[in-house]
Amino acid sequence: MSSTAQVEVRGLAYAYPDGHQALFGVDLVIAPGERVAMLGPNGAGKTTLVLHLNGILTAGAGTVSIGDLEVVKANHREIRRRVGIVFQDPDDQLFMPTVRQDVAFGPANAGLRGEALEARVTAALEQVGMAEYADRPPHHLSFGQRRRVAVATVLAMEPDVLVLDEPSSNLDPASRRELADILRGLDVTVLMVTHDLPYAWELCPRSVILHEGTIVADGSTTDLLSDADLMAAYRLELPFGFAPGAVSKQP
Amino acid sequence: MGAGHGHRLHFHAHSPLHRAQPHHKLLGLIAFMLVVVATPQDWFGAFAGYALVVLVAVAVSRVPVRYLLKRMVIEVPFVLFAVLIPFVALGPKVEVLGISVSEPGLLAAWGLLAKGTLGVLASLLLAATTEPVDLLEGLRRLRAPDLIVQIMGFMVRYLDVVTAELSRMVTALRSRGCDPRSPKHWPVLARSLGSLFIRSYERGERVHLAMTARGYTGRMPDGLTARSHP
Repeated sequence: MSSTAQVEVRGLAYAYPDGHQALFGVDLVIAPGERVAMLGPNGAGKTTLVLHLNGILTAGAGTVSIGDLEVVKANHREIRRRVGIVFQDPDDQLFMPTVRQDVAFGPANAGLRGEALEARVTAALEQVGMAEYADRPPHHLSFGQRRRVAVATVLAMEPDVLVLDEPSSNLDPASRRELADILRGLDVTVLMVTHDLPYAWELCPRSVILHEGTIVADGSTTDLLSDADLMAAYRLELPFGFAPGAVSKQP
Repeated sequence: MGAGHGHRLHFHAHSPLHRAQPHHKLLGLIAFMLVVVATPQDWFGAFAGYALVVLVAVAVSRVPVRYLLKRMVIEVPFVLFAVLIPFVALGPKVEVLGISVSEPGLLAAWGLLAKGTLGVLASLLLAATTEPVDLLEGLRRLRAPDLIVQIMGFMVRYLDVVTAELSRMVTALRSRGCDPRSPKHWPVLARSLGSLFIRSYERGERVHLAMTARGYTGRMPDGLTARSHP
């Protein structure tokens, strides 16, 4: 096991209790500070893989490690602090009556109390520009705001790895760009599951393609998106008129 | 208070009643209701006194009377039941407006109506002057069972989400020519309520997943304050 990897998945296989096998030996290594996009058609096993990263699902075969810790039941508490998952529907993620309580939920589970907890909540909300909404109930926020608060609920745990499931889905273009600005400014390892290829290209220097439960491609996002044969083989398509390299990347 | 707009039942204002501690208000309501329910039906003077107490409280709260009256339609089924009692109850009969009705039935109907109305009005006043979040905090301070408070918290949080989902389903039904008001289409409506239940159930599972991912192990952590300055 290399000591430099932030996320290390080795030979991961998993079958659901109903017998449906979703992962067939996945290998994936992510270095600290990397931003990686995970691409692939629906049903490729992306969500299943994500749920292994913090031990919600237990590997049928193979291992998952976060930093120096293997994902096993005894380490769940620390693993779940290290890996923050932002789920696709913010209404699933935000379940407390107010934004403040929701952002405090994770760190409070980790044992933080009082002023330290308060400071953590404020810091996380400031990172996503939502500090003035702390006392609002989540259902009074716009969708884009709720997505940002959902990111804050995870940032409040000061994770080493931020996992985002379809971060740009259902966002209007302005909210989509605001979220990109926030993500770009974070100093964490990011794994982004997405169908939004331009978003992956904008934010993640590296991409992997998951197809039928295995990683079939791993390389620079520009290279993958420029490879027309590869893209076609795995049902990946760029929006009309979009060509990677034709647009200059933002810093 | 940071929350600009409250829930459907909440009326935003700044009165002594709005500022009062939620657990004091809750205790007040419970005590008041116990006294009202324990009062014999024929102590008419006492009921006049209770009504005066509630009306003074309404005046102090600056919640418009019309706002409360509109929300009192919730009582209608009980009113209908109360109206029926004098006709079906047994015992000596009296003539009212030329109709012969049961005398104990009449008294029972009065009791139900008076106690019910006082209760509904007082509860609506509590809801109008207290944000749901603060009510939960009040219940917690009164040491209500934690699980119950949690469940109520989820209800407050997801009521609007589920209602919005239902209204989108109804819009989709209407767009395809179904009229939810017509009894002919009630079976369709019933089936969509069924699927709403399934959807909510699945959402519950996803919420639980999101909670587990953030370290939830079956007990709500304490120290989650609803507001910056409790």
